[in-house]
Amino acid sequence: MFGTGVIKGLGVTIKEFVATYVDDVKKIPSRYAGGRQEIDQSDVDEQRGLFTIQYPEERRKLPERFRYIPMLIYEAESGEDRCTACGICAKVCPPQCIWIVRAKDETGKPMTKPSEFYIDTTICMNCGLCAEFCPFDAIKMNHDYEIAAFERMPNLVFDLKELSVPTTYYARIRPTDWAIEEEVRKAKEAEKAAREAERAAKAQAAGADAPAQGTGDAPVTRGRVSPEEIERRKAEAAAKRAARAAADSQE
Amino acid sequence: MSTIAEPMTQTEVMESGLPFSDVVPGAVLEASDKGLVVSPDGLVALATYLRDHEGYDYLSMVTSVDWPTHFEVVYYLYGVAKPMSALVLKVRLSDKQAPVLPSVTSIWPGAGLQEREVYDMMGIRFEGHPNLRRILLWEGFDGYPLRKDYKESYYEEDAKPFKSRHPDGSHLWAEDRVPWRDNVTYPVGWDPDLWTQPQVQYRRLMGVDEIGSTTGDLKTERMLINMGPQHPSTHGVFRMVAALEGETIVALEPEIGYLHRCHEKIGERNSYIMNIPFTDRLDYITSMSNNLGYVLAVEKLMGLTVPERADYIRVIMAEFTRIVSHLIAIGFLFNDLGAYFTPALYGLRERELILDLFESASGSRMMCNYMRFGGVSGDLPEGWIERARDLVWNRLPRVMESFEKLLTGNEIFLARCKGIGVLSAADAIATSMAGPMLRASGVPYDVRRAEPYSIYDRFEFDVITRPEGDVWARFIVRMLEIYESLRILKQALDGLPAGPIMPEGKKQYQVRVPAGEAYSRIEGAKGELGFYVVSDGKPNPYRYHVRAPTFINLTSLERITLGHKIADAVVILGAVDIILGEVDR
Repeated sequence: MFGTGVIKGLGVTIKEFVATYVDDVKKIPSRYAGGRQEIDQSDVDEQRGLFTIQYPEERRKLPERFRYIPMLIYEAESGEDRCTACGICAKVCPPQCIWIVRAKDETGKPMTKPSEFYIDTTICMNCGLCAEFCPFDAIKMNHDYEIAAFERMPNLVFDLKELSVPTTYYARIRPTDWAIEEEVRKAKEAEKAAREAERAAKAQAAGADAPAQGTGDAPVTRGRVSPEEIERRKAEAAAKRAARAAADSQE
Repeated sequence: MSTIAEPMTQTEVMESGLPFSDVVPGAVLEASDKGLVVSPDGLVALATYLRDHEGYDYLSMVTSVDWPTHFEVVYYLYGVAKPMSALVLKVRLSDKQAPVLPSVTSIWPGAGLQEREVYDMMGIRFEGHPNLRRILLWEGFDGYPLRKDYKESYYEEDAKPFKSRHPDGSHLWAEDRVPWRDNVTYPVGWDPDLWTQPQVQYRRLMGVDEIGSTTGDLKTERMLINMGPQHPSTHGVFRMVAALEGETIVALEPEIGYLHRCHEKIGERNSYIMNIPFTDRLDYITSMSNNLGYVLAVEKLMGLTVPERADYIRVIMAEFTRIVSHLIAIGFLFNDLGAYFTPALYGLRERELILDLFESASGSRMMCNYMRFGGVSGDLPEGWIERARDLVWNRLPRVMESFEKLLTGNEIFLARCKGIGVLSAADAIATSMAGPMLRASGVPYDVRRAEPYSIYDRFEFDVITRPEGDVWARFIVRMLEIYESLRILKQALDGLPAGPIMPEGKKQYQVRVPAGEAYSRIEGAKGELGFYVVSDGKPNPYRYHVRAPTFINLTSLERITLGHKIADAVVILGAVDIILGEVDR
């Protein structure tokens, strides 16, 4: 009979429609109980109907390897940057969005740390190659995907301060990788300590005046630059452009 | 790997002993394992002979390389009835200013769009081409971008990494950095404000002005309409220019390039590894198989072998990708038919679950960037296999069953799809169709079977074909291919060995690729996806070309829409399953 196929098909949609509610009712405790938070979708076979995560009230539980914009890691205790300004991330970056200025001491000798570090998030393609090839585990991919801003310039160029996160934050969002890396690091450090003991006298001279940069595992508030700072940077960018235009007109 | 052969541009006839010299004398100038160098004058005769007597009926890829002394146009030929065969023809043109070459569209109509692309990008004219216009760029664009001396907008340096980034890299915006700003120039004497050509041109092309209708009781006028580039059922920024007589299509032309982003030019600036995330953005539904195609090409050049486990993981990912792509194709075909979003949403839901797997393995749902030269970027995380098994054994078969109930018996669907957009087997081969488009016309050609790559020779699966060649057949082929993918997945998940996922040695961000050239092709979800990589031993490829299946599948669009109603053109396009990210590159 003409139309049986259509009716059969509509049966499927009705089933889906009902199953969506059944899924909700069957779940104990309800996902709406106790405030909406992270929803884990990995239990595949339980769901029969449709499933909606009501962002931004609810959020998806992100897998550990989730990657968004890179972040720079500093040691939580000492406040020391892991980055040595070796530039491998800048060299491997496919859209070339990483900019590094290597720090110099008073005599002009380059040091193994960055004085400036920029990631242009308007260009970054979130590929994760920088994190993959960093030999010091200093650059990793962040999970914070809410970086929308009202202005591209200069809010979306992250500098050293905005990129920096403590090791504790990294350990929290990617525990598996953290555990593996810590093991390797401890083995290396034990080896290093043995060598260092021999040169203990020299080591004392190179004192610690590392900058203290925030502490604890408070959620990383990134890109939250004060309005004054934004104004200042805007003025700076405008000045740069004006200088550029002046230079152009002279030519 | 040997070095690139010294170019030979003179057209002297060499001694016999060269292939085909007895049947088409003087056509082949040089023969090596990299292909036959053919003289421009002998090309058409040789091509005709190869098609008619040697069985090379399938022109897979046409591209060109800009060498310092000459242009080289490269043709990759296969025979659909000849598995494991490939014939490479190369034509060298020493005229660097205005190179001209006879077109092979009369022999293989599948060359149509590809020759236009070569003309657009390299400035090589094809004599005898019926419609040699720019294709990805706009009429009036100055220059030929893939020539080595062309510098694109915001050009910085010839090759990445750029020196301005480290160790003294203070951030600069691109628009402040480039001295000539947006770098748009027009040809001499060409004024964009006065340019009104396209409509006139299309009217002429499609005979709108000449032919009025005289037959029949009803006096109709021909009308030219543009569908797109902003149209909900063109799957992106795609434009169909159609000439209509009443509601019937009498001529149609696809207009593309709105999403063109110099993928190949960027690929030449990039180092080898940088290209992997860029391939994600070609067909953004199937990023895993795009990765696979590209790394296979570079691995071919490097002579790398892949660990067993990595090979299995690659196949698992590629087959999941095929399921994702087919689910979307089917879902949106129904969307185009007017069933609105319901089937598409059901397809998308299953896709999300597969994307969850991709995300937990690679870190991203769509832009996976998962494959590396020699392996994959990370091993499967804990619990991954169990979730994959659950999907493959329990959930997806169940869902496919309800999909079949929902869709295959639907009378409205059958009425709209049966007999619509028919493409015969001979036409499908001639126009270089690939993937489900080819198999739905009754040609049992699948690269996984015809030229197994990776470890596809170990798996048991059937090549699905349907003889009808219409929209319905394309739908059924996709449905059945999902079952075949599940079959392969079951075997691969069962056989997945333990072991390393990358070859021994330190991770390298700058791989050494010996000089040479390689073409690797895989059976992507939408057809034969090929990557042509030419290396000159430097850290970045000398030439990087993508044989995009959906782009070439558009070659037959006019053929299969003629005589149908304009509403059917939407359905036919939906069944071709184009992804504009790949069409426009």
